[in-house]
Amino acid sequence: MLLKAAMAPEGVGYRAASLVKTMLGPLVSVLAAFLGLMIIIFFIGRVLPIDPVLTIVGDQADAQTYQQVSHELGLDRPLIQQFSIFVSNAVAGDFGRARLTGNLVLSDLIKVFPATIELATTGIVIGALLGIPLGVIAAVNRGRATDSILRIVMLMGHSTPIFWLGLMGLLLFYAALHWVGGSGQLSLYNLDIVPRTTGFITVDALLAGDMEVFWDAVNHLILPASILGYSSTAFIARMTRSFMLEQLPQEYIIAARVKGLSARQVIWGHAFRNIRVQLLTVLALAYGGLLEGTVLVESVFAWPGLGQYFTNALLIGDMNAVMAATLLIGVIFLGLNLLSDILYRLLDPRTRQ
Amino acid sequence: MTIATNAIASAGSSKLARSMQLLLNFWKMFRTDLPGVVGLAVILVLILLATAAPILAPFDPYLQSLGSVLQPPSWEHWAGTDELGRDILSRLLFGARTTLLIVISVSLLIAPIGLCIGVCSGYFGGWVDKVLMRTVDIFLALPSLVLALAFVAALGAGAENAVLAMAFTAWPPIARLARAETLSIRSSDFISAARMYGASPLRIIFRHIVPLCLPSIVVRVTLSMAGFILTAAGLGFLGLGAQPPSAEWGTMISTGRKVMIDHWWVAAFPGIAILITSLSFNMVGDALRDAMDPRTN
Repeated sequence: MLLKAAMAPEGVGYRAASLVKTMLGPLVSVLAAFLGLMIIIFFIGRVLPIDPVLTIVGDQADAQTYQQVSHELGLDRPLIQQFSIFVSNAVAGDFGRARLTGNLVLSDLIKVFPATIELATTGIVIGALLGIPLGVIAAVNRGRATDSILRIVMLMGHSTPIFWLGLMGLLLFYAALHWVGGSGQLSLYNLDIVPRTTGFITVDALLAGDMEVFWDAVNHLILPASILGYSSTAFIARMTRSFMLEQLPQEYIIAARVKGLSARQVIWGHAFRNIRVQLLTVLALAYGGLLEGTVLVESVFAWPGLGQYFTNALLIGDMNAVMAATLLIGVIFLGLNLLSDILYRLLDPRTRQ
Repeated sequence: MTIATNAIASAGSSKLARSMQLLLNFWKMFRTDLPGVVGLAVILVLILLATAAPILAPFDPYLQSLGSVLQPPSWEHWAGTDELGRDILSRLLFGARTTLLIVISVSLLIAPIGLCIGVCSGYFGGWVDKVLMRTVDIFLALPSLVLALAFVAALGAGAENAVLAMAFTAWPPIARLARAETLSIRSSDFISAARMYGASPLRIIFRHIVPLCLPSIVVRVTLSMAGFILTAAGLGFLGLGAQPPSAEWGTMISTGRKVMIDHWWVAAFPGIAILITSLSFNMVGDALRDAMDPRTN
């Protein structure tokens, strides 16, 4: 009723209501997906293991701890109640303690998360800077040799095991050529020099005005970020190419050419302008893919982020940490999906009513 | 009664003949795509190599020889030896078996699951369709590698569990495709005829709809195979897939990285093997996609 009243065509109120309506569809499906994510994680963490308590306390815990955790999980109660305990704890940010660090999982996640965001964000920038021009070039030269060569380069990026590429990169650029820094975020002698404010080492170094630490951090960041970026280049370039191929044969392009515009103006000023919204969606999806990629890349580069934390938890089967990290990555995925959906609806004139 | 049966059967078989014709056209399209053909050839050679690994391998892949540890590539050991003196080439050949076996197992698991879910969803429609497709959408929106990793962590590391975990996250695209195919078949006359003639839904689904969905499902599974190879290798690299001493490419890279700085070949060759295999599957997949795409015809 309220919604209906607010939707009466009365200027601002109407606009706001239609905005809400635009958001509501994706929001509902994201909420459903969130519930699905919780069910899957609950299934993985509490139903699959033969003894879920053991995966949380480890095999060296005494009987009392075991009993306590078992009671806290509500293992003596029906599955549906266990699930509701899990959901209410998770929503409150309570994931228990991590066996590996002994800290609360939540505080661990807050500590490692910025490093991953820094890595993945640099990666997506590199991926976009490489992938978008490559895709445009491939589309413009469709069917020619350039297109075929680019296609193979993209397929290579899609087919290379990212962890292996990281190792080979370390071997070449660090061990042989000494162009970049080795493992970790900083050289040992630069650790803990700048105070942690944002958690992003490069930003923190700039804030502290310590250029030496800043360049050291960039030196360590550039190789893993490039390798992550390369892995997303293939996807970004392929999508850019197919979006451009949809635009190029259209009449407005021919009109622009007939009008006497240069090829460059036609391609970047006309055709590319029209695929920007679609590209944003692609970049959001690619960013999610990079977050997954960080799991393997961080393990190669000893990058102290979410991926490495997740891997370490996996290896000792520390389910509290595994479940929380999975949930965090899953929620970011859903957030990116929602974001790209909303951006698409807001920016694409065709989806406006 | 026999007439009706024959009519349904012949309608079905004429549809099947049409599929065969489509498949033939498809191959004609595919043949013109050089990378696709090369990829297919490499995959066939790989299958041969993997099958004949016990005959072809110059050494026992598990035989440790501490006298010849970390030998660089030479005429005796074409790809060198690893930190336990095992011949890397032999291990690569046996690793091809592991990799192909994992890929085939995952494919054989997800094709029937995806097919069943998709066809049921498309055939029955209504709330069955809503529930199943909503589930598919949820899976598609989630990080599949991370879920697979968590799944293995819960079950315990090992090749079998890695296969289960990959299948757990890989079936949704198959189901989505099977549903779309079913929706287009469901309204055909020969399905109505079968229904009027009194065939049960199960019979219609398995005798008439599933066979027609199969070609596109096979293509879709092929498209996913490159991804399976990379995921399997990634699981092996993290120590969650096939366990040492079994020869698996990802696991070989993981052990090779400890000695990598001075002995590049230990980690380099398994990676090249993964790259070649996955690239071949991707090239075939790309060619298949182009051949299927009506816009390119």
